[in-house]
Amino acid sequence: MSTVVTTPPTTATAGPGPADPSSAGSTSADPRAAAARNARRLAAAGVAVLLLAVVSTFVGVLDVTPWSLWHQLATGDLEGFWSSVEVLAVSRFPRTASVVLAGLALAVAGLIMQLMARNKFVEPSTVGTVESAQAGLLVVTLLLPAAPLMVKMGFASVFAVAGTGLFLLVLQRIPLRNTLLVPLVGIMLGNVISSVTTFFAYRFDLLQSLNAWMLGDFSGVIRGRYELLWIVLALTVVGYVAADRFTVAGMGQEFTTNLGIDYRRVMVLGMTLVALISAVVVVTIGSVPFLGLVVPNLVSMLVGDNVRRTVPWVAVLGAGFVLACDIIARVIRYPYEIPVGTIVAVVGGVLFLALLLRGRHR
Amino acid sequence: MSTRTSPLPAAPVLRRRGPRTPLSPAAWIGILAALAAASVAVYLTVDLSGSLDYVLPRRVNRVLTMVLVAYAVGVSTVLFQTITDNRILTPSIMGFDALYMLIQTVLVFVIGSTGVAALGDGTRFGAELVLMVAFSWLIYRWLFTGSGRSLHLVLLVGIVFGTVFRGISSLLQRLLEPSEFMVLQDAMFASFGNVDVGLLRLSALLIGLATLVVVAMRRHLDVLALGRDTAVSLGVDHTRVVTGVLVVCSVFVGVCTALVGPITFFGLIVANVAYALCRTFRHRHVLPMAVLLGVVALVGGQVVLEQVFAFDTALSIVIEFVGGVLFLVMLLRGTVR
Repeated sequence: MSTVVTTPPTTATAGPGPADPSSAGSTSADPRAAAARNARRLAAAGVAVLLLAVVSTFVGVLDVTPWSLWHQLATGDLEGFWSSVEVLAVSRFPRTASVVLAGLALAVAGLIMQLMARNKFVEPSTVGTVESAQAGLLVVTLLLPAAPLMVKMGFASVFAVAGTGLFLLVLQRIPLRNTLLVPLVGIMLGNVISSVTTFFAYRFDLLQSLNAWMLGDFSGVIRGRYELLWIVLALTVVGYVAADRFTVAGMGQEFTTNLGIDYRRVMVLGMTLVALISAVVVVTIGSVPFLGLVVPNLVSMLVGDNVRRTVPWVAVLGAGFVLACDIIARVIRYPYEIPVGTIVAVVGGVLFLALLLRGRHR
Repeated sequence: MSTRTSPLPAAPVLRRRGPRTPLSPAAWIGILAALAAASVAVYLTVDLSGSLDYVLPRRVNRVLTMVLVAYAVGVSTVLFQTITDNRILTPSIMGFDALYMLIQTVLVFVIGSTGVAALGDGTRFGAELVLMVAFSWLIYRWLFTGSGRSLHLVLLVGIVFGTVFRGISSLLQRLLEPSEFMVLQDAMFASFGNVDVGLLRLSALLIGLATLVVVAMRRHLDVLALGRDTAVSLGVDHTRVVTGVLVVCSVFVGVCTALVGPITFFGLIVANVAYALCRTFRHRHVLPMAVLLGVVALVGGQVVLEQVFAFDTALSIVIEFVGGVLFLVMLLRGTVR
């Protein structure tokens, strides 16, 4: 059974793409040269994302740019200079940092999810994890309205773990592990959980808060309100270290046990990572759909499926993707802002459609 | 002649039912008609107090809206499932109502609310209809010309299409001036609560016209349900009938979305319950059954929610939940293809 599914559908179709020569080269040529080339490319991508981050820091209603800062310094306007620095410290830097952190972590969470479910089309928002986290938030808001943020996050995480577990349970009941049935079931599971949440939110007049958790939005990010997000950086590092284990666990319980790895423990670890990342992001920003799906798939087309190599790529490109979407969201209706979730949903959805339609799935 | 064709699709469903002798479709239709009439009567008369001149016309309008929606959803879903030859695809799941809302939004976005008002309802609806039929044709062609398209791919693509359409709509809506957005909101979300009588009349008229098309096609529908190849070999002009059905579906979906906004899984529920009760694919039985079930579910459900649970507009949420569970069960049991 595992032999049929272990070849991911996208690797077969990635053949005619522009990535072909490099991926073929990396397998046949000297592995050390290939690794060096990969590192160079990764560094280039990292620099590009860093540039995006700098751009993101200087986009905003208040005119704070490197030039304005220089001008203020040159003309001796120290008061103006320090207020600009304060804008940067209180609003701009936290925002850029939160965008980068959310993007990087969600993309890696998507990859981990895909490895565990052995399916290219799952990610936290297509398997009910995000919806479960929202349900948890609603429950804690109803039961303990005055709870501190950490408690809320805890509830959201516990629910997210439960939701992901439920999905993996349902997954085991799908007889053939049909590639496309898995995300379908996941999306529907999410819908069902979401309708229950909406029902209670409606009943207790919390629809407005619910909407805030539904749609990713960075506009509320200022110093003191986003620091929780640094947790996801640590989680992502853990995910990177354990990436190989998730690949093995995706091969099935018997295979994993044969290799001497505790299957249950790896799955629990993966579920917890994905759920924690989703919960933290939902609590601080809201949901950012399709990100964890699109980025790992693009990376898989570009650099292949060696997880050790792809995780950094996924993290860098995930951050870059959200940075770009966030900049668009901020300038498209300048000086007003559009929730980044809207932009990501459109761009990510179109990319998802393209992924679905270009492959020949049976 | 038609008796020879009906056992074919009905057989597998027959076997799955329990050992009790089931009621005939006609008996079920009778029971459901009585239930529908009863729920309408209860809805109109319960807690009737105060000025009758004020209360009664409003209730009548609401009931009319619900009946129209039930009719449109029931008929369009059954017909759509007939031409696509399966029981889990519905116009809503394939993103039709999201598309309708997108077209509305784009119209207001491009030519402004005054432009839309200047177009007039007739022209506007005509233009929307053309766009929707074009899209549904594209999807349909893609569905049936590609070799080896799996149903799951079609479903997934439909769902993602819906998400993308909704995403673009909400993006454009954010870019609209607030006053323009108000116009759009009025056009899209006339809920059961506040019904525009003019819109109701227009909808009734459109649904009536579309029904004439269905009546004209009535002899072909059962044959169409046997599948494309069989239908063609039995002398049905497949392309013409399918186009007709897609036009009808587009009209119905547009009317429904304009009246009450999107209800994704309603059609899935009524159509599948109707098949289960009928145990036949004959449209003569299935269509009225689906419509009556829709009326019972909407009007009766509304009565129960209002009177027993004291909620007023949560019905669509309940429908989403039940429909989502049904969809999941259908997927997991592999009853589809």
